Amino acid sequence: MSDHSHRLYLERDTVIHRLAPQCKVMAVLLFVVAVVSTPRGTAWPYAVYATALVAVAAIALVPAPVIVRRMVVEIPFVVFALLLPIVSLGPRVDVLWFSLSESGLQAAFVLLAKGTLGVVASILLAATTQPRDLLLGLQRLRMPQLLVQIMTFMFRYIEVVFAEMDRMRIARESRGFRARSGGGLRVLAHSAGALFIRCYERGERVHLAMLSRGYTGRLPVLADVGGGARQWAVAASLPAVAVVTTTCAWLLA
Amino acid sequence: MSILSTTANPLVVEGLAFAYPDGHQALFGVDLTVARGERVAVLGPNGAGKTTLVLHLNGILSGGRGSVHVAGLSVTKANFPEIRRRVGIVFQDPDDQLFMPSVREDVAFGPANLGLRGPELDERVHEALAMVGMSGYADRPPHHLSYGQRRRVAVATVLAMRPEILVLDEPSSNLDPASRRELADILLSLPITVLMVTHDLPYALQLCPRSVILDGGVIVADGSTYDLLCDETTMAAHRLELPFGFNPRSVAAPAG
Repeated sequence: MSDHSHRLYLERDTVIHRLAPQCKVMAVLLFVVAVVSTPRGTAWPYAVYATALVAVAAIALVPAPVIVRRMVVEIPFVVFALLLPIVSLGPRVDVLWFSLSESGLQAAFVLLAKGTLGVVASILLAATTQPRDLLLGLQRLRMPQLLVQIMTFMFRYIEVVFAEMDRMRIARESRGFRARSGGGLRVLAHSAGALFIRCYERGERVHLAMLSRGYTGRLPVLADVGGGARQWAVAASLPAVAVVTTTCAWLLA
Repeated sequence: MSILSTTANPLVVEGLAFAYPDGHQALFGVDLTVARGERVAVLGPNGAGKTTLVLHLNGILSGGRGSVHVAGLSVTKANFPEIRRRVGIVFQDPDDQLFMPSVREDVAFGPANLGLRGPELDERVHEALAMVGMSGYADRPPHHLSYGQRRRVAVATVLAMRPEILVLDEPSSNLDPASRRELADILLSLPITVLMVTHDLPYALQLCPRSVILDGGVIVADGSTYDLLCDETTMAAHRLELPFGFNPRSVAAPAG
């Protein structure tokens, strides 16, 4: 992890890194909406979407192995998708030794394709945008102040909480605790409770510190991340491809 | 208000008494006056009411008897914005104080709440960071700084508001000796009135010519730090003890 940035962020200087965060957030959002509104029974639009994302990754200089490694967050969905052909009803086809549901196979493919495209789009957003800028972008997009503040604090304190959790683990293990031994769950539950209370108390102390410096309910916006018409136009190219594709698919279907 | 801020006594506490909602009474009539440019240590055992007193200075706690005036301005709800500019409290845990994603934004938080923007705000941030020797760290996230650096940035976050009085809660806690000394050098270099709550008696002797002892919710002693630390009867009566091997008489009394 570098000194200045978040671990998901890849330090590069590309057109995409320089785009205003709110443009990128909107682009990803519209792209995902276009992808999920692809009509049933067609497969070719997914190839177009995937190509568009590959192009973005290439321009942003995000290497493929990085994307693949970060796609592990998708695994629960993959498991679910793999179960679909087995548990679904309807006409069945034989694949190797299994008898699989045809509609289940189709549903699994669509779920996997849509899920993967969404995940990759988010990975690209995270790799090209600092979390701090992302928050500013959300603020520019009129996300409620309170939510932006909660996310700001989450970003600031997540490592403090992890460090606290780690100290508690070390203290537990130093006194001979092993998660496998009997009653382990009870001990872990107590630790989780203690951690919650510590976080709650820290929250109160942080609030005191904020009041002491004149906090009135709004975080001051200090950095401006204005996106000009050109930035919006560049960012719009990704969702534009997706929207045109999905429209064509609907017209052909 | 700017005329009042040149008063001789930036902090006047009179007859301050306070009980928490659960009935526990922490302060029983505290009187304390701090003169311009003074550095005063507040000493006392755990549970003496030190933190309660600190939280009254900018109106976080209120509702008891007595009054607090900061540079002539009474600490009441209507005056909170100005009071919180004038009283800069540095809390004990810098992780509580530094809540913004970068050092720059954190130092700017206070002055921005006062309405400063643009180059004027940048100037404040730069000035405050320079005063604590952290100019090169503006773009760092606070959690990537050492503990001592975070404490110094915490001091900068309140200096950026150009306070009348700097209030420090246990400034030397958890610092290694080098960081502790660096912070002392910084505090000695600041031309500002300081009220410092501490258990670190040698630190009080080094930094504060004057000390008060708070015990049982009242000020029980007020005088030169050197004299107080040498007064074994008073010290013992209020559970104050010098570190092993430390003899205040072997240290030259700080110029007061």
